[in-house]
Amino acid sequence: MSVRLELPGHLRTLAGIRGEVTLEVEEPVTQRTVLDALEVAYPMLQGTVRDQVTKERRAFLRFFACEEDLSFVGADELLPIAVRSGKEAFLVIGAVAGGRE
Amino acid sequence: MSSVRVLVGTRKGAFVLTSDGTRKQWDVSGPHFAGWEVYHVKGSPVNPDRIYASQSSSWFGQVVQRSDDGGKTWEAVGNNFGYDGVPGTHQWYDGTAHPWEFKRVWHLEPSLSDPEMVFAGIEDAALFQSKDGGKTWEERSGLRKHGSGPHWAPGAGGMCLHTIVIDPSNEERMFIAISAAGAFRTDDGGETWKPINKGLRSLHIPDPVAEVGHCVHRLALHPSRPETLFMQKHWDVMRSDDAGDNWREVSGNLPTDFGFCIDVHAHEPETVYVVPIKSDGEHFPMDGKLQVYRSKSGGDGWEAMTKGLPQADCYVNVLRDAMAVDTLDECGVYFGTTGGQVYCSPNGGESWEAIVRDLPAVLSVEVQTLP
Repeated sequence: MSVRLELPGHLRTLAGIRGEVTLEVEEPVTQRTVLDALEVAYPMLQGTVRDQVTKERRAFLRFFACEEDLSFVGADELLPIAVRSGKEAFLVIGAVAGGRE
Repeated sequence: MSSVRVLVGTRKGAFVLTSDGTRKQWDVSGPHFAGWEVYHVKGSPVNPDRIYASQSSSWFGQVVQRSDDGGKTWEAVGNNFGYDGVPGTHQWYDGTAHPWEFKRVWHLEPSLSDPEMVFAGIEDAALFQSKDGGKTWEERSGLRKHGSGPHWAPGAGGMCLHTIVIDPSNEERMFIAISAAGAFRTDDGGETWKPINKGLRSLHIPDPVAEVGHCVHRLALHPSRPETLFMQKHWDVMRSDDAGDNWREVSGNLPTDFGFCIDVHAHEPETVYVVPIKSDGEHFPMDGKLQVYRSKSGGDGWEAMTKGLPQADCYVNVLRDAMAVDTLDECGVYFGTTGGQVYCSPNGGESWEAIVRDLPAVLSVEVQTLP
């Protein structure tokens, strides 16, 4: 399945990505399989979206799609059909927190 | 003619400042990794074009960057800092047990002989080693597991291993420092460690002369005298002449002996530099005057070196990794401030000039002297 994914600007810069990423993801299309595919395609992003060991989402990032907050949805649950079909992008968003001057 | 390359880590990116040996005209490149905290940038003494940088962010965690062309281009390398085995616990601020958790890399120390080998000092305090240019990391867990680890506690800035000094006469010997555990030494390349804090006295901890628990801010040595160490502790400037086995205070006539950074002149092993900071509650210079203090006698007797530095209304800090020296014939001394200035003295501290004035808060300064 072709899945569209949108990353925060800092991660796009780190990975040398312009705009959205389109990833080929084998079914089932879940947070875990999408992020696995992202980290294979862009190894420099390992550890920046989720913990290297526990695979838990980093605390100051959120996952959204189809105007829904998917941050607390299980990593192995199917993503919305609109994401699985490529109609909507899966969004990784930096929370409005965590920075300092 | 020789040249210098100053590697600056800041709160919002890294900068590379270059000049010829006169150190008058500077080129500034950066910000590299814009928007990210860059705690430390340091080049390999063996291959100066090999540079490592620690890039981190509250949102995205830790990235380690490597350059093989002197900082022009960079490649993200390994960032998996998994503790060896079950990490266990250390003390939290309230004295309760708290699990060891990786937060960031404070310091990167390239090997003196192998450009592929580099050490990382991390928070929560541990020492890691890479033998493949930063691609993979392995904890040297003998330090954390030597016995006192469960009693270590964080300082205000977190429980960080911030200083790594390799003995140039014997690379099996290394010194490290942790806030707020103290200084430690290995004589076997990192397998086994012992605390080296005898002689330190810290009035703010329950036992002022405890074996561990001291907030050591920075260690420095001169390559020609690796048995002699200088230390800026939370309060007190200290000296050891037996590789850390015993320390004595050399604060002497300093107006305040609180501070973060300390360094040694490149050619004069008894010439030492500190930047006195008013107190642990007021992290800025005394009376709004930015003053580097120099001792030419290995401590005790200190003189203020102020020519070219602001002497009114200056309330910046100079952090522990933010002072360095070059090795040109006339030793250059450099330091960066939390106000974004990087100062250079091309004459051993006699006079100072700002290379840049408006960077983000400076976290670290390192200097490479290039042929």
